[in-house]
Formats: sequence, C-alpha cells, structure tokens
Amino acid sequence: MQLIPCPWCGPREEVEFHYGGQAHVSYPADPAALSDEEWARFVFFRDNPRGPFAERWSHTAGCRRWFNAVRDTRSYELHAVYRLDEERPVTT
Amino acid sequence: MPTGNPPAKPGADLPDHPSFLWRNPEPASSYDVVIVGGGGHGLATAYYLAAVHGITNVAVLEKGWLAGGNMARNTTIIRSNYLWDESSGIYEHALKLWEGLEAELDYPILFDQRGVLNLAHSLQDVRDSVRRVNANRLNGIDAEWLEADAVKEICPIINVSPDVRYPVLGATYQPRAGIAKHDYVAWGYASAADRLGVDLIQNCEVTGIETSDGRVTGVNTTRGRIAAGKVALCASGHSSELAAMAGVELPVQSHPLQALVTELLEPVHPTVVMSNAVHVYVSQAHKGELVMGAGIDSYNGYGQRGSFHIIERQMSAALELFPIFARAHLLRTWAGIVDVSPDASPIIGLTPVDGLYLNCGWGTGGFKATPGVGDCFAHTIANDKPHPYNEPFTLERFTTGALVDEHGAAAVAH
Amino acid sequence: MSADFRLPSGGRIDRDTRLRFTFNGQSLAGRKGDTLASALLANGLHQVTTSIKYGRPRGIMAAGVEEPNALVQVAEPFSEPMLTATTVELCDGLVADGLVGHGRLDTEPDTARYDAKHAHCDVLVVGAGPAGLAAALTAARAGSRVVLVDDQNEAGGSLLGRDDYLDERSSDAWVCDVIAELAAAPDVLLLDRTTAFGAYQDGFVLALQRRTDDLGFDAPRHVSRHRIWRIRAKQTVIATGAHERPIVFSDNDRPGIMLAGAARTYLHRYGVQVGRRIGVFTTNDSAYHAAIELAEAGMDVPVLIDARHTVPPKLSAECATRGIDVYPGHVVTGTEGQERLTDVHIRSITGGHADTVVCDTLLVSGGWNPAVHLFSQLGGSLRYAPELGAYVPGESLSSARVAGSAAGAIELMACIEQGAEAGRAAVTAAGFRPAAEIPVPFADARADEAAATVLWRVPGSENAEEDTQFVDLQRDVTVSDVTRATGAGLESLEHVKRYTTIGTAHDQGKTSGMLAAAIVAEELGADLADRRPTTFRPPYTSVSFAALGGRDRGELYDPIRVTALHDWHVAHGAEFEDVGQWKRARHYPRQGEDMHAAVLRECRAAREGVALMDGSTLGKIDLQGPDAAELLDMLYTNMMSTLKVGRIRYGVMCGIDGMVIDDGTVIRLADDHFLLTTTTGNAAMVLDWIEEWLQTEWPHLRVFATSVTEHWVTVPLVGPKSRDVLAAVAPDLDVSNDAFGFMTWQDAVLDVADGIPARICRISFSGELAYEINVNAWDGLALWEALINAGEPYGITPYGTETMHVLRAEKGYPIVGQDTDGTVTPQDLGMSWAVSKKKADFIGKRSFSRAENLRPDRKQLVGLVPADPTVLLPEGAHIIESDHLPEPPVRMLGHVTSSYDSAALGRTFALALLRSGRDRIGEKLYAPVDDQLVPVTVTETVLYDKEGARRDG
Repeated sequence: MQLIPCPWCGPREEVEFHYGGQAHVSYPADPAALSDEEWARFVFFRDNPRGPFAERWSHTAGCRRWFNAVRDTRSYELHAVYRLDEERPVTT
Repeated sequence: MPTGNPPAKPGADLPDHPSFLWRNPEPASSYDVVIVGGGGHGLATAYYLAAVHGITNVAVLEKGWLAGGNMARNTTIIRSNYLWDESSGIYEHALKLWEGLEAELDYPILFDQRGVLNLAHSLQDVRDSVRRVNANRLNGIDAEWLEADAVKEICPIINVSPDVRYPVLGATYQPRAGIAKHDYVAWGYASAADRLGVDLIQNCEVTGIETSDGRVTGVNTTRGRIAAGKVALCASGHSSELAAMAGVELPVQSHPLQALVTELLEPVHPTVVMSNAVHVYVSQAHKGELVMGAGIDSYNGYGQRGSFHIIERQMSAALELFPIFARAHLLRTWAGIVDVSPDASPIIGLTPVDGLYLNCGWGTGGFKATPGVGDCFAHTIANDKPHPYNEPFTLERFTTGALVDEHGAAAVAH
Repeated sequence: MSADFRLPSGGRIDRDTRLRFTFNGQSLAGRKGDTLASALLANGLHQVTTSIKYGRPRGIMAAGVEEPNALVQVAEPFSEPMLTATTVELCDGLVADGLVGHGRLDTEPDTARYDAKHAHCDVLVVGAGPAGLAAALTAARAGSRVVLVDDQNEAGGSLLGRDDYLDERSSDAWVCDVIAELAAAPDVLLLDRTTAFGAYQDGFVLALQRRTDDLGFDAPRHVSRHRIWRIRAKQTVIATGAHERPIVFSDNDRPGIMLAGAARTYLHRYGVQVGRRIGVFTTNDSAYHAAIELAEAGMDVPVLIDARHTVPPKLSAECATRGIDVYPGHVVTGTEGQERLTDVHIRSITGGHADTVVCDTLLVSGGWNPAVHLFSQLGGSLRYAPELGAYVPGESLSSARVAGSAAGAIELMACIEQGAEAGRAAVTAAGFRPAAEIPVPFADARADEAAATVLWRVPGSENAEEDTQFVDLQRDVTVSDVTRATGAGLESLEHVKRYTTIGTAHDQGKTSGMLAAAIVAEELGADLADRRPTTFRPPYTSVSFAALGGRDRGELYDPIRVTALHDWHVAHGAEFEDVGQWKRARHYPRQGEDMHAAVLRECRAAREGVALMDGSTLGKIDLQGPDAAELLDMLYTNMMSTLKVGRIRYGVMCGIDGMVIDDGTVIRLADDHFLLTTTTGNAAMVLDWIEEWLQTEWPHLRVFATSVTEHWVTVPLVGPKSRDVLAAVAPDLDVSNDAFGFMTWQDAVLDVADGIPARICRISFSGELAYEINVNAWDGLALWEALINAGEPYGITPYGTETMHVLRAEKGYPIVGQDTDGTVTPQDLGMSWAVSKKKADFIGKRSFSRAENLRPDRKQLVGLVPADPTVLLPEGAHIIESDHLPEPPVRMLGHVTSSYDSAALGRTFALALLRSGRDRIGEKLYAPVDDQLVPVTVTETVLYDKEGARRDG
C-alpha cells in the first residue's frame, strides 16, 4: 500500500485516494472540430508507460482535491506530487 | 518409491509432466512468424499456426520463462457465459476447444468442468444475471438462473442467509465452466508446438520492432536481430510498450491484479464461485488449495505486486460469503499485470502496420480464452484477415464507437 | 509409547506448570513455555505424520517456522486446519493431530475477534535476536520512535537456543537488560508473538500478533485473538535471522533426523533431549557446538561426520574429550529405521572407509540460509554468496537494511555489531543523531575455526523408483524429480518448481528452496551466481483469513445507510431492498399480502387517491457560485443556464462517450445557486464527477459543489388528492395550479409541530399530480406523520420502491442503471428533447456523431405489451423476431429492462431496449421464456395517460 503525499494534507494512506489516470490530458478546446479519430484518442487513449508516469490522484477521503504526481509504474515510487496548475517537475 | 503407506488422500498429487517438454534452441536469423510473448496466448497461437495452418517456421520470443507472466498467475477460471454476442462467441469457441484440448495436446491439463456460479446480490444484479442467462441460452451456451436455495445445493458452504450484509439473491450457473491447471495448459501447448517445429526462445526480450515502408520486417532482441515476415504481439500487460515500438498506440492501461492461495485443504468447495459485487472469485484447485482472485488495483503498475488492502478487503468479502473460510490461511499472494481496455473486451486483429498483429486488452479474462484466441489469432495471422470470432474486436471500434462493453453490461468481467 | 526426554534442569519452560494435551489420540503432558513440538520431543515422540505422496513417516525437523514436516491440525482449544507443531504454543487441553498433506476446515463458525491496528515509527526492527536488539537499542537511544517485533514469546532470537556469554554474563542477562531499557523508553513499542509477514513500499510492514493463543481455553473473549499491525516506518531494519539448511542424502527424511540448531534450541530453551544416541552430520563449525552441548547434557553422541577434510582443531579436540568421534571428509550416505531412525550409513568422500552407526537421532547442518524474505518482498536484490551457499541481500534499500545472520553474518559478535550499525544508519536516515557509543557487548562466543564447505547433497541412487533423496520433504520431491525436470528441457528454476511442486507447500520452501536452486544449477552446469532465485512473496508465514478480515465483517463489512424515517418503515412492516449502501423500503405488505398484492394496492392509491414514499436517498448536490449555470450547461445534455429562478428542469448526464450515466432534476434557487438531484446509487459518483471536471478542466469556474443528500428528508406526495393533503399541512401556501405550477418550487413553513420549514417541488415521477416535500432531516418524521394524519381521510398509503418503479414505467420514465446499461444514449431513450441543439458543447456531445451512434438500428427504449395481459415478462428476457425458436445462435433484438403488472392498465407491460425499436412500434415480436415464446407487441414507452392529463390534478 502506497503512502501518498497529498500536496495539501501531507502523507496519507493509499486507501484515502482515488486514481485518475494520466495527467495533462486536456479536454479539447473544440470537440466539434475533431475528427472521429482525434476524438477517440481523447476519449480512450492514454499513455501507459513502464517507468515514470505523470498521473492524477484525488484525495477523496481527505481534502477531496485533485493533484498530479509523477510515479514510477515499476517501483510505485512517487517522485513528485504537484498542483494541477503546476508544470510537471523534472524528476530523476 | 519404497517404504511407507499408499497416499493417504486421493488427489493429493498432480499427474506427472512428460519427461521431455521442449528444446531450447538458439534463435534463427529469420522466421516467417515471430510471436512476441511466450504466455498461454503466444504458445497457443504458435501451436495453431503450425497445427492448423502448417506454418512451422515460427519463433515464440519470451523475455523471461515460458508462461511465467499472467499465465502463471491467474486463477484458472474457464467459462463462456458473457453477455454480448461478440464475447460469448469467442469465449464459447474457446470453451469448445477446452473440451477437446487434453486429447488434442496429449497433455493432462486437468480441465475440470465443475461449473461456475456468478452470484447476484441486488435486484439489479438479478436483472443483469437473468438477462445474461437468457442471452447465453439463445447463443447456445449452457446457463441457468438459480435461486439462493439452489445455489446452496450446488455449493453448500455459501452463506445464503438473508441476514448478511449483501445477501445472495441467486446466481447464474454454467455447468460446463470450470478450471484447468494453468502450467499444464501452457506446457501442453508449448511441447506440442515444439514438436511441430516451433522454436520457443526464452530469456529473449524484444527491444525493437523493425518496419520498412509500413511493413514489419523483424525484431531486435536481447539475443540479436531476428527477421520476421510477420510479427504477432501476445504480451498482455506489456502490449503498450511493444506496440509503441512499431508506432502503434493502444487504448489499454496496465494494472496489477492480485491473487492468492491457502494451504492444502480437504475438499470443501466443489465448484467455482464468482461475485463481482464484492470482488471475490474462488475455487479449490486440484491439489486442495483455495485459489482466490481480487479486483484489480486502481493504479497503473508494472511491478507485479499490488496493495495489500485489496487483499484484506477481499478476505472480508470472502468471509461474508463463506464463513467456513475464516480458519483458512493465506499462504502466498502475488500479482500479474493486466492490460485493461476501455470496454473490458480484448483487441485482436490487424494493425496499421502490415504484418503486425495485435492481441491484447484481455484484462482479467485472458486465461479462459486461451484456446479460442490462439485458434482465431493464428487464423488472423495466417490469412492476414480476422477470424469471424475476433472480427468485432478491432482497434477501430474505439473510433467508431462499436464497443463490446462488458463492464457496462454489468457482466462479470473476470 | 512415550518416555521422559525432559532433562532434569535447564530450559526456559515453567517446570511447575504442567499442561495436559492430546496428540494423535494420546494423552501427554508438557510444561508451560513448550511448543507442541518440544512437548512431543520431551515425550520421546519424533514422528508427527506421514508424507503426502509416499506415506513415509515424518518427524520434527526444525524448531521454528521453517519446519517442513511437522504439520498438525488443531482441534482444541481453537480449531486450526494447518499449523506446524514447532510454532504452536502448548496450552492446557490442547488437542491436535498430525496431518497428512491436507488440513480440514472446521464447519463451526469462528466466533473469535480479530482486529487491526496502525503504528507509525521512525525505525521498525524486525526480529529481537542479537542483531535486532542491538539495532533497536541504538535507535531508541537516539530518541526515535521504535517498533520492535519478534515472532517468539520472548526476545533473544538465536540466543534462546544457545549458551553464549555477553560481557561475561549469560546472554540472557544482556537480553533482559536491553528489553528493560527498551520497555522503559517513551516511544518504543515492543511486540512479541508478532510475525512481520509482508513488507511493501513506503515503509509499510504488516505483522500478525497472536494475542491469546498461548492462553488456550483461558483466552478472554473480548480480546482480539489475532491482530494485524499495519506499521509505517521511515526506516526498517530486517534482523530476521537465518534458517539452517539441511543436506540431501538418501533416506534423509526419517523421524529423528533434524537440524542441528533445532536440537540446541530444544536443549537450551525447552530442556529437552532430542534423543538418546545422536549422530551429527555437518559442513560447518556450528554443529560441533550442538554435538558438544548435547553431550554435555548427557546425551550419547558417538559420531560427528564432517564433510570437510579440514576440521576445526579446538572443537575437534573438545569432541574427543567427550567421546565424540569426528570423521573428517565423511558424509552420510543413507539411514535406516521406519518410524524412527535406527542407523546411519557413513562413507569417506574419497571412498574407502564406510561404516554404519547406530543412532536414534541425526543432527544435520548444511549451513545457513539468511531469512531474506522481507528484503526480497521489498524488491531488494539478492546475491549468491558462495562461501555460505546461500543468497544474501545485495545493496541496502534506501529505507530498509538487513543485519545479522539475515545478512549472512555467522558469528555472534558480527551479528550484534551489524545490528547496532544498521540501527545507527536507520536512525540517522530517519533524521536523528545517534549516540556516539554503539551499545555492543563483547561476545565471547568463539570465532569459527574452519571455513564452512558447501554441500547440497550426497549422491544416492539416481533411479527414480529408488530415489529417497528428498529435497522438499513436505511435497515429497526427490533429487530425481528435479533431474527429470531439467532433463525435460527446463532451465528456469520457476519451471522446475512448477514441474516438481518444490517450494509450494506450507513452508513455502524455507528449507528446500536453496537446495532446489543448487541442484538445478548443478544439473545444468550453471553457476548459481548467474542465476536468479525464485521470488519471495508475502506472507512470510501463513495468516488466517479471519485475521485479515478483521473487524470488517457482518454489518461492519460495509456501512448500512438508512434514512431518518427508517425506524417508521420498520415499525410499519416494510420490506427493504439494498440500493448501493442504502436500505430502501421496497413495499409495505399488509397482513396476508404478498409483494404483488401490496404493490397493486400501493399503485392504486397513488393513481386514485394519495400516496407517499421516502425519497430521501435521492442524491442531492448543492451547487453555488457565479459560474454554476455555465458548469451545468457542460454537465447536462440540456440547457440549464436558461432555467429561471423558482423553476425546475429534468436533466440527463452523459459520459464523454455519450452514454447516459445519470439523470435527475435541477432546481434553480438563485442566479448562482442550484440544487441537483441524482439517482440513489450514483450520488457519490456524480459529486466526484462534478468535482473532477471543476478541478481538473475548468478551475476558472467559480463553483462549489456540496453533497447535501443526508441533510434533507425528501417525501414525494403523489396522487390526485395530494394537493388537498399538502394544503392541510401547508395552510399558508397557495397550492393552486396557477400559483404553484408544474416544475416549480416554493419554500413554505408547514403547520407541523412548531412550524417546520420545507422546500416543496412540483415534480412528478409518476405522471400524477405530485409534490416532493423536502425538510431538514430532523423534521422528517414529524413531516411524515403529519402527512399520514392529513391524508387519512383520503386513504393515504405509504409506498416503496417497487410501486415507484411501476408508476414511472407506466409513464415510460427510464431508470438509469435498470433501463440503461452504459451503452445507451439519451437519443436511444427517446430523450432527444433533453439534448440541447443550441449548446456549442457539453460532455458527451461529440460522441453522438460517431458512426456507431448514427446507426438506424441502435437499440431504443420502447414499451412492450404481452398478448396475454396476465403474462408477466421476466426482466432480462430477450426479444426475437421469429415465432419459433431457431437453432442457436438466435438473433436477439434486445431485452426487457423493466416489467410489471399494472393496476392502472389492468394488465402487464414492460419496457425494453429494442433494435430499431421506434420503427417497430406495432410489430409483433416474441420473448423466449423458458421453453415458450411469449408474443408481445411493441408500443410507445408511455402507456398510461399519454396526454399528460393527470399531471395537474
């Protein structure tokens, strides 16, 4: 079970959180302008790397705030957590 | 073996494996077909390519040991009682092949049609269950809806008291469903494929897929470059990474899926019970251990391990259904990596790259499909055209919207 | 046959407390402090069971969790299907039997309590042996929070089974001093009888504490029997010791053959002599101490067979003075004896000399395997140490380090020094300054004199039929089984394990794993250093389901949510259904009524008079902020921003894939204030959904969303007489249709009690004149009872969810989740009217124009009426075109989503999702039910009051 440092609440147990998949995937500015292929990409396709992954979490049983994290999908080690309005930090 | 008494318990031991399984050849420089992934699906595909289509210049490349990924980690449940026509088509095709597989492979795969119960705990579960049973029957699949007392007759250890938190309101029952012994299945396919001339190459990780003019030409591996006329991906949790090597992006996400076994126990559980609502599926394996699977962990993960609270939660749920399990002991836990697609259905077929074929997105359902997908995928590779059973499971369906939404339909996705 | 093998003195048992127990039907006695195994040995009993495959007698081989043979089933005081005799603490009245392979689950319910507790610390030390104690003391003296767990009933670890001196005192004194200091430290938690069984990332370690097992029948019922400790540690020191490794030789499985260290433990800890005449077979110095100590204790030790040509000079000399013949360069080639060892065959390695020694016990030591399980679980890499013949931890992890014999240390002094060093490193990493002085006592245990050799097996018969060289005793796997596997083409240890089943039994290969790895490497001509061991997986030792289930059982498995009116429903005989976590009244049967009769009566009341239900479970979300309307326009398919204050609009929500996920009403309370309702089951999901969009996509929108579901009691008051009843309880409210029109809301103070404030919405889920009255939850019962009183002249009738379903279905209103399944669009439901064509975008809109959504043959919601008005279609029945049932696969057009008998229609009817459904209205189709085909006619969804005449009363 992971210990996840919520940017607002500090480290909390994984059971308090909801996972939200890949971060930095914005809702398209004009969905109507997208082809079916482009729309399908937004709806169904997400990165799935083996290694560092910028992803979203929500502290549902705590402050209920969404935030982003860079987590290694091999080791589950969290390299960074950051607010939604922050750039993905450089991690090693 | 000298001395001692005969075995005290029948079924205390599994049948012996044959004294020869497979060669361990060096990879050749070129094959007609290279299958990436030596799990159940890869091995079955290789077998059917050779046995049905006569394509024997085939290599199966496995980065670790054969059938050491999800094939070694699943809970071996076999059933075909899926909701949608598309799903029940390929799973029932698989089940029919399972029924003749021991003879076909000449291997004791311990396929045991002990039936599977899918429990319903709410009125909506009941509606969904009856819907699925009716669909199954019209599709020619054996299925019954059982009230709680009939459930109890088939599996006497289930608590069907109305006083539990989520009572058992009934169950769907597929008598032809059951379990098999996963290693035996994989090794049956492996040794049969080996006998037909397929090269099974272990400790050979694919590091790149070569293409030229939109056509696949070979793979780079930790054991050197291997030219290939066709390349078929059968790598479950690692499909995204592999497909990306050929520039193909997939709508799948890789998650941990955990399972566990107990110590060996005297026979107590005669069938297979699945409860999607409380995330329990359990059977008693041939040796006597209870085998249980959990729900998938929510996060992406390639670590082949999950979070323990999932197991703890599953124990609570299991004890609600099976109070007798209270004294059983968790002996070993593990996890696989499942690639989950948006509609909980697989993706099988051609790709935008000529000669590159895709089989992924099985989520929690891959083992039971092994013979069916092996047969259909081999057909797809041999003919460069999908088999009718896997035709609905294209990558394009995510663009058109023609999903085969098994979780939307509340069918049990395991 | 039992005899007294208890020594007259020594051991750590309580000799004054005699415990009676029964084993394999035999009444025996032990002492408090015994394990079942030590008590059996004290009675001269080695054989515990017979083996699973070959039925060979098997005895006690170890003194701890690594025991491969001595499996028992415990009947009393607490039924357990499978434990090892070496880990069962003896209690008075214990009844146990040796078991052969399979445990038996007791059918009696386990009524003991189990719980879990969290602990947080700077440094967790696993193992209270010499290394662990030194680590814990170092960490504690630095002022850090320390948790020390140990699986035994007292601290000391390996010291409990030896007679070492520390600082020129018995090691016991040192252990006592350390424990006393730790116990007195303010932030140290000592947990004995606690096994750390799983190590996960971020310093998460799970441990099982056996709190009452040793108390037997006296265990207090209110104390949890087992407790799961969920420990979060900044740093973990793994000081879990080592398991002694057997040596494989022919007939190495007979009762009486045991690990040398175990014999020392039985001597020093339990005051038991494991036999009368004892042979020793070793590859290292440690078994010399066993030989000498057992001889000192009065046992006859005629031979020590050492596989090494170079034997330790001083120890050999000490053996000589005690009459122990040391045989350098010799091995054991076989043994004799059925239920107990009688003879040991020995031979010179170089050939030539061979002999047979009469013994009832043979102690074996092939070296030590560090217990690297937890380190490996954490992802720590292992390295093969050729000098030990074992895998040892590779590089330390950032938050976990291994010390003592778990790290491969052999000598006591090294273990203590490593422990102290690990404690210092851990506490430093945790941000503390360790004391300058490391608390290391001087150990006068002697250094090894001669290097150990590594010997996996003494070759025996290679004929599989005769092979009795057991590698995994519990699985009855022999060397020839392993060579058969490698001969079959298997090179991976994982494959061999699966081929032979080595390592899969209760002991999970604690004694057999290394041997199997080595024999496979030998067969393949490979170097162990180049090969990977099999993966260690949690749990380290077995943990019961009940312990893991903890308190989350029965009602506590999942919270039950009830409304403020629940007790009234119970008192009035309601039957309930589970909807999510909620208990909802399904119907209120009167004396002699079944559900069908009750529902017909309730429906009639709603259509003809007045009826009321508890709608409080409806999800309610309060949405406030200047941009709330803009948000709602994105969330719902229809336009919400144009809704006027004081009015209500029905709305549909879709996922981005365009499929319906929820529906409900939107009430505009003010320009910047809305109240949303959701379906009961989706309330939490919808709130999450709103928050996700708000926070992650549109943070510029100034909106707050708050769940207010439980704040309100919601009572739909339904029927032509509902206006009269409302007027009676709200005399100040103008309830006329003109003043209080459909899809509007009013605030009012009801003439109930001292006047209770209410928000009343004129909405209808039944087609009847209806009001939805919302009051503060604490006023709910007063409202309900006031309505019952006011409605009495009209025969007011409470109704449940079943009647609600019938009423809404008669009007063709779908239920999300029942008439939809995640593949249904608003258009499929015939709700294009609720899909805005004006809005540039809303969630799901883009998906509507995908190819699949434009197909004319999509499944659409329609009504169905069976030709026979008394035939009720089963929900979940499918619809086909053909009037006879063809061979499968049968083409299905869709399925029945809802089906009821209607009092208002005087017949049965159904809703269905049907391919090209709206084009089929009027068509005759068939529903296969059991073996019959039920003819049905496709209709509009609205079957009752198609004109909507009843809405305004």
